[in-house]
Amino acid sequence: MKIEKILLVGNPNVGKSAIFSRLTGAKVIISNYPGTTVEFTEGRIKLGEETAMIVDVPGTYTLEPTCKAEDVACRMVKEGGLVINIIDATNLERNLHLTLQLLERSVPVIVALNMWDDTKHRGIYIDVKKLEEQLGVPVIPTCGLTGEGIKELTDRLEEAKNKDLPISSDSQKWGKIGIIIEEVQKLTHRHHTFLEILEDLSIKPLTGLPIALGIIYCSFWVVRFIGENLIGYIFEPLFTKLWLPLLMKLNVFLVEGSFLHHILIGNFIEGKINFGQSFGLLTTGLYVPIAMVLPYIFSFYLILGLLEDLGYLPRLAVLTDNFMHHLGLHGYAIIPFILGLGCKVPGILATRVLEERREKFIATTLMVVGVPCMAQIAMIVGLVGQRGGKYVAIVFFTLFALLVIKGLILNRVLKGVSPEILVEIPPYRIPQIQGVIKKLWMRLSGFLREALPFVLLGVFLVNILQMLRIIDFFAYIFTPVLTGLWGLPKEAISALVVGFLRKDVAVGMLGPLNLTTKQLVIGSTILAVYFPCIATYIVLIRELGIKDTLKSTAIMIAVALLIGVLLNLIL
Amino acid sequence: MIIDLTQLRHGETGIVKEIQGGQGCIRKLQSMGVRPEKKITKVSSHFWRGPQTVEIGSMQIAVGFSMAKRIIVEVKR
Repeated sequence: MKIEKILLVGNPNVGKSAIFSRLTGAKVIISNYPGTTVEFTEGRIKLGEETAMIVDVPGTYTLEPTCKAEDVACRMVKEGGLVINIIDATNLERNLHLTLQLLERSVPVIVALNMWDDTKHRGIYIDVKKLEEQLGVPVIPTCGLTGEGIKELTDRLEEAKNKDLPISSDSQKWGKIGIIIEEVQKLTHRHHTFLEILEDLSIKPLTGLPIALGIIYCSFWVVRFIGENLIGYIFEPLFTKLWLPLLMKLNVFLVEGSFLHHILIGNFIEGKINFGQSFGLLTTGLYVPIAMVLPYIFSFYLILGLLEDLGYLPRLAVLTDNFMHHLGLHGYAIIPFILGLGCKVPGILATRVLEERREKFIATTLMVVGVPCMAQIAMIVGLVGQRGGKYVAIVFFTLFALLVIKGLILNRVLKGVSPEILVEIPPYRIPQIQGVIKKLWMRLSGFLREALPFVLLGVFLVNILQMLRIIDFFAYIFTPVLTGLWGLPKEAISALVVGFLRKDVAVGMLGPLNLTTKQLVIGSTILAVYFPCIATYIVLIRELGIKDTLKSTAIMIAVALLIGVLLNLIL
Repeated sequence: MIIDLTQLRHGETGIVKEIQGGQGCIRKLQSMGVRPEKKITKVSSHFWRGPQTVEIGSMQIAVGFSMAKRIIVEVKR
């Protein structure tokens, strides 16, 4: 039998992605909460001389789809291939339902009994031989995280059997599962482990809410601590001690005031290169993304990865469910929002876990207006922070208030109700350092690959537009809005123009304008809400369609106009 | 005594008797392990008609308040 295509099929949260990366050695995101694999991952696996395609099918509870992710999974199984059914050994009963459904399809099936190591300390005993007899297909205990059993799994792929059982009803299946469980599984009582006590405490409202606040506060504190120190002790010295001397050597060859000098080095500020304000490709163009933003991206994704792999996020979803309902969403929408704090592109993609169109529209529109990305946050903290922490707080509080008010309004205005939350709360698992590092590396390289070119393009474009006096033309047109309504100098237009490309550079452009603190607060708030960066906008169109994106855009522009005027009046 | 899931007390265990709701809702709950004759234990319930967390089998799930209202359980009191 020649194997051409292998499908990894299983419930969400059974460690499918971990097995996938074990089998392929490819870099994939491994996470503890359902929904991250709605976009499926493909790879290749070597089986002796041949290679086969291997697909990480989105997690599903059933082959009769109840949502989009499940629908994708069902269609993939229909297309055929050898199915590796991955089962969470600590949750045998529920997982077997999908297994029985698979056995009724005309596909060869082999079962991987994953999280095998977890059964021991949970007091679960499973008789693998008997389970194999009951199901009639090979069953192999595995542990995706350590790699245990993976070799046996690939060795026995050929033994996969196509049972093609007659179709039975749901209740017949559950009946059969009852019999199987009786036969193969024994539970022994176990005392609560420390992690289990923590699980209970973090889901009960009285203890869970303070714990959530504590975790969020600590996370931000740690993110800031790591970010600041990376900048202060590594990146800042790197640029001033190593890069600056190199640039000065280059400077000798360039005529000051020439085109090339202007593009590469930019303007001298008080006779010197100023990394924040010179605005050349080799000065500000590199300094902003690498020395100001990257350290924060690093620390944010490190903490996020740890929280994800620990399994904390679904708990946060449950705790915030009530509040989110007022905004027309259910608690699960908090997860796209949190991802959006890193970068809005994955944030918007993650709204796919929300089932209704209305929910998706609200979630994406709120995210675009109220959730600044880490690049932007880093720049706001860096720039506005110089005038005092109070002003940073004003910016973020304004954004948060906008998010809430907009949610309340959209929830009233849009027809329909917000659906109910129904989510599995996975047990806490100690994050595996390897997995966390792999994921962190993917996200960091993703940032450098996608952000760096846009930053450089933005800096380049601004220089060109300035030379051609196009910026002056825009400034002239928009003066009534900028100066009249928002109280900003007309030069701030260049920041708004660059904001279409990258928000971090745009915030940075407010730096050289000698703004008053009030202007700086207004400017950075408007930059956060008026329009998303181009990368976000493209994803927005793809996810919402043109019509809803235009609606969403209208809301953004209206909000930006309004909040600028309001802040100008209040502050 | 027959009650719905929201009325179950913390730590109390009941037996699921019926799920009232659409096909989709029933199937979704069933696939998460909530189905007739299963033991279900309340872990916590959140303020102001918030989600109800329950333990069923060896797993925990959170169910929105109005969905929980439609899960009928029998308890011995």
